[in-house]
Amino acid sequence: MAAGTQARCARCRRVLATRPAVPPDLPLALACTAAIAYLIANLLPMMDLSVVGRFATTTIAGGAVQMWREGQMATAVLVLFCAVLAPGCYILFMLMLLLALRRTPPPSWVGELLRWIAHLQVWSMVEVMMLGVLVALVKIAELATVTPGMGMFAFGAVVLLLPAITLTFDDRDTWARAAWVDSDAQRLAAAPIPEQRK
Amino acid sequence: MSGMATGAATAGGVGLVSCETCQLLARPARAREAGYCPRCGERLESRRHASIETTWALVISAAICFIPANALPVLNTTALGSTSGDTILSGVEFLYTSGSWPLALIVLVASFMIPLGKIVALVYLLITIQRRSSLGNRERTRLHRMVVFIGRWSMLDVFVDTFTVALVQLSPLMSVAPGPGVVFFAAVVVLTMLAAESLDPRLIWDFEPAQVRRG
Repeated sequence: MAAGTQARCARCRRVLATRPAVPPDLPLALACTAAIAYLIANLLPMMDLSVVGRFATTTIAGGAVQMWREGQMATAVLVLFCAVLAPGCYILFMLMLLLALRRTPPPSWVGELLRWIAHLQVWSMVEVMMLGVLVALVKIAELATVTPGMGMFAFGAVVLLLPAITLTFDDRDTWARAAWVDSDAQRLAAAPIPEQRK
Repeated sequence: MSGMATGAATAGGVGLVSCETCQLLARPARAREAGYCPRCGERLESRRHASIETTWALVISAAICFIPANALPVLNTTALGSTSGDTILSGVEFLYTSGSWPLALIVLVASFMIPLGKIVALVYLLITIQRRSSLGNRERTRLHRMVVFIGRWSMLDVFVDTFTVALVQLSPLMSVAPGPGVVFFAAVVVLTMLAAESLDPRLIWDFEPAQVRRG
């Protein structure tokens, strides 16, 4: 497969594989930016509320903590996982992976990391949370004055950066370079294919 | 490309299994027990183990949780001493009457129509697979892909409630607490996501009649 091309399933037309045509360091640059934006988004308040001289403010984790205090432990854990832990681990693992891939041959744990990243992607819901925060903002705006905080803008950047990393990262090429669990099979597979009987 | 669409060789047809994690084509160790992928160590499966049974169990649990999720309040608002409960649908109504109908539509679609649509779509896929249907395979595959893709968006209401609760803590003036409906609603979202993941879309293609295949 040439860079910048796609392969589709002949039967259901799904894109099976893409080779992004981007400079190889672009995903790493995006992941570094995402890590910084993620830290800002989680440390600074998402929004401030003020009504008749009283103020309230919250971060993302603060939202989950409040749910826990109100007795909704399961929901709090789910929110914390989908909005904070999963995207955070995704960025961290991606950084580790991209740095590790600069070595040749890449370390043996690259495959394991890639498997974890695929699972984390399903449960990282930053874009859903962003919309949820905006809806909450509009709802509360009826009752009080709300202003989006610095954390909100940083979070917006994370929402845009995460799919950008996924799109520019070539997982197919990474699997091709990763060390196999079964090293004997890898040696066999690398050997020239013998003439096959029809 | 469409010419080879139905006549293409399949991995199963030539005795190979594709790894679901790293897409490596591997020769299974034995026909019954395929073993593990030599590259990434994932269990090799031609079709996911007990896919239909697992998906049915998860879908039925989700359908049961869907009832309390909509009947019980998700938010309890206490303003100046009086408490009122808000269900998901009355939250939509509040958004609509307060003038932001685009948001009302987003919440209605994300928290009511998507979970319900997902349950209906998964039941339809399960029944057609069990009836060994070979009609509209491509459309049914697309439906499954849509259910997987869209599933995460029904988490929207959980996030809306969390941030409303976190921010509106101005007692004694006004405070908002989560209601018992939230946990059921979150359960519906998680269960339908797991159900969509456990359904193996390759099962849809297993009953293609031979005469349809064009060489």
